[in-house]
Amino acid sequence: MAFLMDDSRPIFIQIAERIEDDIIEGLLPEESQVLSTNQFAAFYKINPATAAKGVNMLVDEGILYKKRGIGMFVAEGARAKVMEKRKEQFFEEYVVSMVREAKKLGISVEQLTEMIRRGDNE
Amino acid sequence: MGKIVELNRLTKSYGAVKAVDNVSFSIDENKIYGLLGRNGAGKTTIMHMITAQLFATGGELKVFGDTPYENNRVLNQICFIKESQKYPDVYRIIDVLNTSASFFPNWDHEYALSLAGDFRLPLKRRMKKLSRGMLSSVGIIIGLASRAPLTIFDEPYLGLDAVARSLFYDRLIEDYSQHPRTVILSTHLIDEVSSILEHVLIIDSGTLLIDEEAEALRGRAFTLAGPKASVESFTAGKEVIHREPFGSFVTATVMGNWNAAERKQAEALGLELAPVSLQQLVIYLTNGKAQRKAVEV
Repeated sequence: MAFLMDDSRPIFIQIAERIEDDIIEGLLPEESQVLSTNQFAAFYKINPATAAKGVNMLVDEGILYKKRGIGMFVAEGARAKVMEKRKEQFFEEYVVSMVREAKKLGISVEQLTEMIRRGDNE
Repeated sequence: MGKIVELNRLTKSYGAVKAVDNVSFSIDENKIYGLLGRNGAGKTTIMHMITAQLFATGGELKVFGDTPYENNRVLNQICFIKESQKYPDVYRIIDVLNTSASFFPNWDHEYALSLAGDFRLPLKRRMKKLSRGMLSSVGIIIGLASRAPLTIFDEPYLGLDAVARSLFYDRLIEDYSQHPRTVILSTHLIDEVSSILEHVLIIDSGTLLIDEEAEALRGRAFTLAGPKASVESFTAGKEVIHREPFGSFVTATVMGNWNAAERKQAEALGLELAPVSLQQLVIYLTNGKAQRKAVEV
């Protein structure tokens, strides 16, 4: 039933990523309330403890914070933090493997830069 | 968190055959467990011992801190839904629900009736006239509405269609969120339930193969594919649970906590990496080819 979740990666990380995506896209502005753990569990059909683990990871990173008795909220400065984290990941996941593949195909760094420019205009 | 079930070297033999062989694990309060394994692995035998329907031939078993046999205090807190539950011939669905109300201290009758509506059960129909799927639905309703501190579902969905199964998962997550309790789900439909499990126990040939958090198992195994020599140099000294040659290529599935450096090393060797789902992992571990020893807890 995990129609939205990928079962080969820890689900709590995927939950955290979804919240981060919403923060980046502005769907979850700073100081807005995040869905409760039980709402996440019901919506994604996952164990509530797993949902809580994802939310708590973001609390530890200072991206979310808890208002006692009310719920979880997006912290001030969360968007900048998430963007920074994502840029790091972008380098690791995309750039490094792109450069490796480019080398395999004999594409020079100059040619690669040119290709990126071309891609930007598409 | 309290442990509500403790198995210590539990064994059940039938003559020379060991259905359950030296199995030790414990079950924590308020978690959802998956008891997974192939047919005849010993899952049902373990559940029958936990619920005092079978005597162990060796080892120790404690349920709610006590031995379960003829122990009302313990058995009152357990609801065991098995696939082949028999009901008195004259009973209608409503009679079964009314009787259950007197069995289970936490029974919520209103909830049971609303579930019966969700599953579209004709309350006045005789149990013996029900289809296989309807019988399974009745079991699921009893399991959920009993709100027993330990609820065990043994293959609860024979004959249930995908809509009804999905309804079961939805209601289970909802009700568990509101009323946390311990649930053990024994099933073959691993892909369907894996996201609602918190902890996974995998049994094969009567022994315990895996006793681990579901989240720790996700992303634990990787399949890598590439030229034979590269695959072999990379997998040397690692626990390979599946291996398939394909011409001069080999795919191998490897267990282990992978760090980023190892992944990079694999990629640099030109190996393709693919993650392994929980279901696939269980298949590899229990197909009789993997050489894995029971986990000592």
